[in-house]
Amino acid sequence: MALMRITSPHAHNKQSTSDVMKLVLLATLPGVLALTVAFGWGSVINILLASIFGLALEALALAARKRPIAFYLKDYSALVTAVLLGIALPPYSAWWILLTGMFFSIIVAKQLYGGLGYNPFNPAMVGYVVLLISFPIQMTTWAAPIELLPASVSVPNLWDSLLIALGFMQFPSVDGFTMATPLDLLRQNNALMIDDLKQQYSQFGDWGGTGWEWVSLGFLAGGLFLLYRKIFTWHAPISMLVALGLMSALFYDGGSSASSGSPPFQLLTGAAIFGAFFIVTDPVSSAVSNKGRIIYGAGIGILIFLIRKWGNYPDAVAFAVLLMNFAAPLIDHYTQPTTYGHSKKSK
Amino acid sequence: MNNIWDFHGGIHPLENKTQSLSKAIVTAPIAPQLTLPLSQHIGAPAKPIVQVGDQVLKGQCIAAAVGPVSVPLHAPTSGTVIAIEQRTIPHASGLEDNCIVIETNGKDEWRTRNPLADYTQLDKSTLIKIISDAGISGMGGAGFPTSIKLNTRDDISIDTLILNATECEPYITADHSLMREYADEIASGVAILAKIIKPTKILFGIEDNKLDVVDGITAALAQHDFAALTGLATEAEVITFPTKYPSGGEKQLIQILTGKEVPSGGLPAQLGIVCQNIGTAVAIHNAVCLDEPLISRITTVTGDAVNQPCNYHVLLGTPVEFLLAQSDYQENQSARLIMGGPMMGFALANTAVPVIKTSNCILAPTEQELPTPPPAQACIRCGMCAEACPASLLPQQLYWFAQGKELDKLEEHNIADCIECGACSYVCPSNIPLVQYYRASKVDIQQRKVDHQNAELAKERFDARQERLQRLEDEKIAARQARQAAAKLAAEQRGKEDVKNAAVEAAVERVKAKKAKDAQENQANIIATESDDPIARAVAKRAAQQAEDAANPENKLVRAVESAEQRVSKSQTRVVDAEANNDENLAIFKQAAEKAEAKLASAQQALTDFRAQNSAQE
Repeated sequence: MALMRITSPHAHNKQSTSDVMKLVLLATLPGVLALTVAFGWGSVINILLASIFGLALEALALAARKRPIAFYLKDYSALVTAVLLGIALPPYSAWWILLTGMFFSIIVAKQLYGGLGYNPFNPAMVGYVVLLISFPIQMTTWAAPIELLPASVSVPNLWDSLLIALGFMQFPSVDGFTMATPLDLLRQNNALMIDDLKQQYSQFGDWGGTGWEWVSLGFLAGGLFLLYRKIFTWHAPISMLVALGLMSALFYDGGSSASSGSPPFQLLTGAAIFGAFFIVTDPVSSAVSNKGRIIYGAGIGILIFLIRKWGNYPDAVAFAVLLMNFAAPLIDHYTQPTTYGHSKKSK
Repeated sequence: MNNIWDFHGGIHPLENKTQSLSKAIVTAPIAPQLTLPLSQHIGAPAKPIVQVGDQVLKGQCIAAAVGPVSVPLHAPTSGTVIAIEQRTIPHASGLEDNCIVIETNGKDEWRTRNPLADYTQLDKSTLIKIISDAGISGMGGAGFPTSIKLNTRDDISIDTLILNATECEPYITADHSLMREYADEIASGVAILAKIIKPTKILFGIEDNKLDVVDGITAALAQHDFAALTGLATEAEVITFPTKYPSGGEKQLIQILTGKEVPSGGLPAQLGIVCQNIGTAVAIHNAVCLDEPLISRITTVTGDAVNQPCNYHVLLGTPVEFLLAQSDYQENQSARLIMGGPMMGFALANTAVPVIKTSNCILAPTEQELPTPPPAQACIRCGMCAEACPASLLPQQLYWFAQGKELDKLEEHNIADCIECGACSYVCPSNIPLVQYYRASKVDIQQRKVDHQNAELAKERFDARQERLQRLEDEKIAARQARQAAAKLAAEQRGKEDVKNAAVEAAVERVKAKKAKDAQENQANIIATESDDPIARAVAKRAAQQAEDAANPENKLVRAVESAEQRVSKSQTRVVDAEANNDENLAIFKQAAEKAEAKLASAQQALTDFRAQNSAQE
């Protein structure tokens, strides 16, 4: 029997990139569950359609690039991108929104750059930003939390939700079915106290927004699970949340709507938690060293606050992430860790 | 109690050490044939001093060290040298190299041994000489000649001796079983090392997966009075620390035990530290106390493809297949054979290769145990490699640059500090053979350095040539201009307009001038015999002689006879001297003397002939 000649190391731990991706998918479950409870089946349908489009587009691109399709589909990266975009988009998004988003995520942001590992920008966020700029109305129309719906409005079931997304059924045109999100409200009103806003609009919950709080906590649970499993290090997500918290604490004046809300509000509303644990942690497009990831995460946290407060868009995770994706190589250049045997001074 | 420090990164692979630890060390039988590569260490290969057909005794030196960085080689048992030829050596390359092959006679007959009664009376250089002559090179991994490591420069004081008993690689238990059964020998070796390098601290580093040997080692060390050996307040201490791969790397162990980092590109000696493997310590004990050179070692044979994993006390040169057979090797289950551990060991090309001084383990895993790596997926820059890297490198960036052959970037990211421990490859979820990329890149960088040096040299040569050509050209131009100026001047003087004619005339003038000058010089030569300048004198003498010879041809022949006579007498005295001194060049001198006599005879003949001719003419 011929002996195999391969170079060391001969031992390998059992974890594969596919396993990493599968764990990320698993970790989204609590958040997706909270989304479904809060806003109905819309997000599930988003994820379902985005996944179908994502895998199809990935296969198409791989075929065009003459790469082994099955081998690369099995890394689950396209599925992760699809699920993340599906979560980020408003529930009950139309199929063409999802298709457009996935096209820009998979084809433009990922495969045109050379596929997994070569994309300088987070694919899901590229898709999201393209949609946000192209279809602002659809992208900012968010379903109202179920618990705030008037009794007369019935929540679409799973099948109806699918039909709505595919355009075979009209989106419930009842005014109450969609509502401005808390972040929207805060942007639109800056001459009131937040307590007044809370009384006026039921979208504001105890901490963040009604429903939003639980979604954020769901993603927090998933994120902590991934952290526990050492899928990523704490540096980027924690520094992003700390930076966002500090910024909002710095500008919080105790209650006026112009001050953009308290730190807990800023952290538990919108996509802050989801972004911190599922977007900022994307290793491909982030800085590589731990020090670099702290800077990278902090930059995103600060940018989120700046854009939320002074920008034109209510939420800002996608923009902040893409801007810091630009900065990642620069951060890498200046944060190379000190190698063993190189004194810290000589750098 | 000495503090311990942590080093960055590291991994916790499955240890798999219990399999080979269930039995005591087994002394392997003598194989019918031993193959001894001449290069089992870092440095120049040893040079054979035996010939095919020679009978050798156990412990007899069969190959001598060549140059300072080299160690000799000894016969592991008695027998006959049957070949000195190229054989496949245990090396990652699977290449062949020069080996001495001994057919054993089973008698295991020692050469005369002269054990030292008391080594403490010997000085450092004598002890180092003994170690060097015993062919000892590092037995932990790289195989660096031990005597060189111990022969530290006088201006560097060594205050810490570290004994490396870490054995962090999975599967390997050679050092562990050595500590179990040879604690006294280890301690004795440590004492000799202490005597040589005179440290103030002796740190004996053991991972905490080998706690069962700590008491034994501590007791064995307690039997030696290190302070008396060094003349300093030297104390030895056994230090255990958490098991983590690669804590047995020299740099990592130094960091764990002292908190210091060996400067990049530097040696531990710069920190006042010398690090030795415990197997080496035993070899030193054997060499100094028993006068037994390094001819055997402890080797672990393990893996699921052997039914009886255990540690062998095995003679160097024993074929791997012979050793495997002792352990009931299941060839059909074995997917690969690894010499060393699963992290840094190399796959063997065939089973005939021998055990050498650095072979701490023969690992025969099954396919289930160490599966064939799947094809590499894309790097997602997850950073697990950077988390695992004990040198605090950024393996994912190095991989990126290695793929693009960006050698400058690789150097900027300190690829030279990679110790090739394999931790990055081990954790990589995409199964990328990272270490292999770094190895190849290091070679590329080395090659570039050589190319660069060659290019510099070529450039220098080219520049020098250009300069020379330019200088010659300049001289030519200057000469031409001088001629033209002279011609012009001449033309003006004669009132002629025709410059060309003037040039011709000038040339004629020059030739005339030269002839005149030559004549003058000849004259001058005769005068110069009296000159102060030795060269001028010699030239003049020669010229005078030539002139004389032309006048009287006999002189030349007489002179030839005279000088031949001189030469004969000189060569004869040399022969006599050589005989008296037993000079090895005697034969050459004798030959020279004979030649000189023959020459004298021919010169005398020529003179006689000439004279006869002359007288006939007269």
